[in-house]
Amino acid sequence: MPAEALKCKECSTAYPLEARYVCERCFGPLEVAYRPPSSDAPALKRRIQAGPHTLWRYADFLPLQGPARSALPTGWTPLVRADRLAERLGLRDVWIKNETANPTHSFKDRVVSVALARALELGFDTVACASTGNLAGAVAAHAAAAGLPAYVFIPADLEAEKILSAGAYGARIVGVRGTYDDVNRLCTEISGERDGWAFVNVNVRPYYAEGSKTLAFETAEQLGWELPDRVVAPVASGSLFTKVARGFQEWIDAGLLAGELPAMHGAQAAGCSPVAQAFAAGTDVCRPVKPDTIAKSLAIGNPADGPYAVDLARRTGGSVESVTDDEIRAGIRLLAETTGIFTETAGGVTTAVLAKLAESGAIDPDERVVAYITGDGLKTLDAVRDGVELAQIDARFEAFEAIEAVEEVVA
Amino acid sequence: MAVTVKLPTQLRAAAGGAAEASADGSTVGEVLQALYAQHGELRDRIAGEDGELRRFVNVYLKGEDIRFLDGLATPVADGDEVTILPAVAGG
Repeated sequence: MPAEALKCKECSTAYPLEARYVCERCFGPLEVAYRPPSSDAPALKRRIQAGPHTLWRYADFLPLQGPARSALPTGWTPLVRADRLAERLGLRDVWIKNETANPTHSFKDRVVSVALARALELGFDTVACASTGNLAGAVAAHAAAAGLPAYVFIPADLEAEKILSAGAYGARIVGVRGTYDDVNRLCTEISGERDGWAFVNVNVRPYYAEGSKTLAFETAEQLGWELPDRVVAPVASGSLFTKVARGFQEWIDAGLLAGELPAMHGAQAAGCSPVAQAFAAGTDVCRPVKPDTIAKSLAIGNPADGPYAVDLARRTGGSVESVTDDEIRAGIRLLAETTGIFTETAGGVTTAVLAKLAESGAIDPDERVVAYITGDGLKTLDAVRDGVELAQIDARFEAFEAIEAVEEVVA
Repeated sequence: MAVTVKLPTQLRAAAGGAAEASADGSTVGEVLQALYAQHGELRDRIAGEDGELRRFVNVYLKGEDIRFLDGLATPVADGDEVTILPAVAGG
């Protein structure tokens, strides 16, 4: 399914497959358009199954011209059947896509793999990004593996875990005083002034965004070439959310999957919920907000794909929900205690929204639900600090017996 | 009152290649109207038929999104800087 052009999502104007992201006519976002696949579904399926256990097994559906490869293999993360979580929620068929298993512990390795591969094809010599945290680490790591210099722009008040882990790869880290939206505005300006720089989520964003489709491809393949009934996924810019649906749709169109798009449920933090607010208000106009939430990786107050996310939720019978910081902390604990997967605050948002939907009866107990856990709890340790107790004792058996007795009384 | 309007790379061809322009007005909306008077091609790129900004155009006054201020009615002062940028970056 070779890529043939970049096309404006608003007015359909076509552009060559260059480093562009905005329609010059109407400022709408550009998206990669493909020719229909030249192979039939059985042949496509065989080719995928013979591919590597990375996201490149889906190269037929990605926008690269040459052979797809990267120095830091990414993807093919576990899809875990979460029976204990399902039981707690009164459901029977819940699956967790565990994106903490990627090289830098978040789904951002996928989008960066595609963006970097395309940036190299286009002749760029430096990679950069505007990041809420996870992207910083992914850009820094993939640039290091490829031997390219990287510039990473983040809000200066980001979690230390995210700053330090990105810095370890040798990237130049620039902390901008302000919100992510300020960082993003600055990077949009810089990207227009620096030739040779591929800002993964600015000037090569159409290619970058395509990487999130592989979340849908893997899920469907791991479910035995079947579609889930419902999806719960986090919404920051709305890019992952809309591209997961696009991935499922491309495989339906190619004859690889039978059925309809899953009901798509978006998850936001109440302290930064412009998309959930637009959904609730019955409009697709996402009024920007000033974020105030512990879910910093989702703290985008001015979401680029917000209108498309609202539209997608509405037309698939899904929704966009928001949860409080306390619900986010509880979501992290719930997932960790029932699945053994420790997620960051964004995954707490997703789990909490899943719980909320289950509680409200929005999910039929027999429906198959997939929740996307996009990042690792080790990057947002502060979120669980208050809930973890450390019993300190001397190294004597009696001392241990004493605290054991106290715990029995409490229990 | 003269205000500097910074143009994104995508709009510069429609403004004779300039990266910025100087325009008069007492509100952001008036400044944009003055900008359109100088470079007619910019009007259709930035605004819809109703005169409102297109949905993927962001306008900032001194770095602040005008949707946090008073939108196109936001007053401007002499020497202020208005920045127009595409809204589809990030995430």
